[in-house]
Amino acid sequence: MKELEELHLPDDIRYTDEHEWARITGDTVRIGVSDYAQDQLGDIVFVELPAIGDSFAKGDEFGTLESVKAVSELYMPMSGEVVAVNTALTDSPELINQEPYGAWIIEIKPTDRSEYEKLFSAAAYLDLLKG
Amino acid sequence: MRYLPHTPEEIAAMLAAIGAPSLDNLFDPVPADCRMTSAWDLPAAKSEWELNDHMRDLAAAMRVDEHTKILVGAGSYQHHIPETVRSLASRSEFLTAYTPYQPEMAQGTLQGIFEYQTLTARLLGVDVVNASMYDGASALAEALLMGLRIAKKKKRVAVAKAIHPHYRAVVRAYLQPAGYEIVELDFSVGGRTDLSGLDALEDIAAVALQSPNFFGVIEDLEAAAATIHGAGMLFITCFTEPLAYGLLKNPGSCGADIVCGEGQSFGIAPSFGGPGLGMFGCKEPFTRNLPGRLVGETKDLEGRRGYVLTLATREQHIRREKATSNICSNQGICAMTAGMYMASLGGTGIRQLARLNYDKTQYCKETLRKAGATMVFDGPVFNEFVVEFPTDFKPAYERLLAKNIVAGLELGALYPEMAGRYLFCVTETISKQTMDSIAAEVGA
Repeated sequence: MKELEELHLPDDIRYTDEHEWARITGDTVRIGVSDYAQDQLGDIVFVELPAIGDSFAKGDEFGTLESVKAVSELYMPMSGEVVAVNTALTDSPELINQEPYGAWIIEIKPTDRSEYEKLFSAAAYLDLLKG
Repeated sequence: MRYLPHTPEEIAAMLAAIGAPSLDNLFDPVPADCRMTSAWDLPAAKSEWELNDHMRDLAAAMRVDEHTKILVGAGSYQHHIPETVRSLASRSEFLTAYTPYQPEMAQGTLQGIFEYQTLTARLLGVDVVNASMYDGASALAEALLMGLRIAKKKKRVAVAKAIHPHYRAVVRAYLQPAGYEIVELDFSVGGRTDLSGLDALEDIAAVALQSPNFFGVIEDLEAAAATIHGAGMLFITCFTEPLAYGLLKNPGSCGADIVCGEGQSFGIAPSFGGPGLGMFGCKEPFTRNLPGRLVGETKDLEGRRGYVLTLATREQHIRREKATSNICSNQGICAMTAGMYMASLGGTGIRQLARLNYDKTQYCKETLRKAGATMVFDGPVFNEFVVEFPTDFKPAYERLLAKNIVAGLELGALYPEMAGRYLFCVTETISKQTMDSIAAEVGA
């Protein structure tokens, strides 16, 4: 497993204490899991995705990630409606290990864009990981 | 062997270490009405020979001897057990109740269970079968919980009234305390479940049917699948007699999403109503919601074929309260035995045996009909049927019992509206003479 200093934590996205990230992409927000999350889980073998059109509140569970050693829930960083899911993950869940920030999991239309500002910056997220 | 692990000295030492003055004091936090206050009411210990006598008396009271002909199925079936199965299943290598977690120690057991899964999947027409559940009843309860998991937000399930009453009782025990609601679906005059009201029901995650159902009637699973899927619900089928699928189109190819039931018919003696075998399988998209264990085939570092438990990440020892099931070690030997039974008969043998059960049942129906009895339901049956006699059958039943024939099961205790009607089961073990003597008593 990686040392905290080795983690890749881009500055242009925001993070949650459940290790998801959110990236503004025009009107929508893409959601994935952080380098720390993929590293802790190990080889990811299955991604359970929600249906397009599902609505969730911030903090709701929207799917699961299954690795060779555990199954983890995915939680919404922001409230919103699912407008797209990354179907490439169905056949290649390992993309999350290879490119945690390229392999987005869902894309949502946020109900309240100001929720984004309340998420952790890369520096704040790293502080959180350091405890 | 000593069965009590702790001496009074050890108990005192442990109490002293945690600072509790007495055992009663230790258990104080347990509410009084949850604690046993009176002493155990147990008979005195017996010697080995007294115990043997006692067990023989019990067995003699239960009509389980080889001389009695039993025409009762209702979830537990008297089938011939081939000697190959007895011989293989009693090998000490297989006689463990515990789960084979260690692939480096348990390749034989794992391969045996893998083969059981494969044969069962083919029989039921599903993509994946688990390493078994406790019995048919708990398998059905787990199937409904699985349906609720897949449907996510729905809180109700619909269950046919023609499903074995004991199964429905177990379903209630599993689902009701968890806040789920069970709707029961009535059966029509033909003995098949009436699905006409299904569209009007809301919030239903899954619908469960049994086929052949408790009355022996074969449900129209294909039509049911269309109706149930059309209403946006999952389709669960269960069974008490898997041998029926040697002859009938299997539930998977009829469109069932989850298929489960009792596997006792396959080489497991009825005994005192157990242990049984919960067969459980589903279609591929639902694999990750499957409860219980799954044995998979893999390759080791040198490329050799091997078997391991797989998809264990959703089980309780890893995922705790979010596990797909809380089933613990079941009787793996029963799954192994059923695997041996299916392998012993083969596809052709199972088909022939199913045909024999069907033909004998048709003969029995016909002789009873000629003796004046009527069939209560006109739906097609496999090896069980419900019959009504022109006069009270009880005296004839008693006379037949004196001749070591158990002639059917009176239904009043399980379905009060069916009092006086009898559920009959005819397997390959019932001879023509036995069936003729029943008909003769009906006519007498």
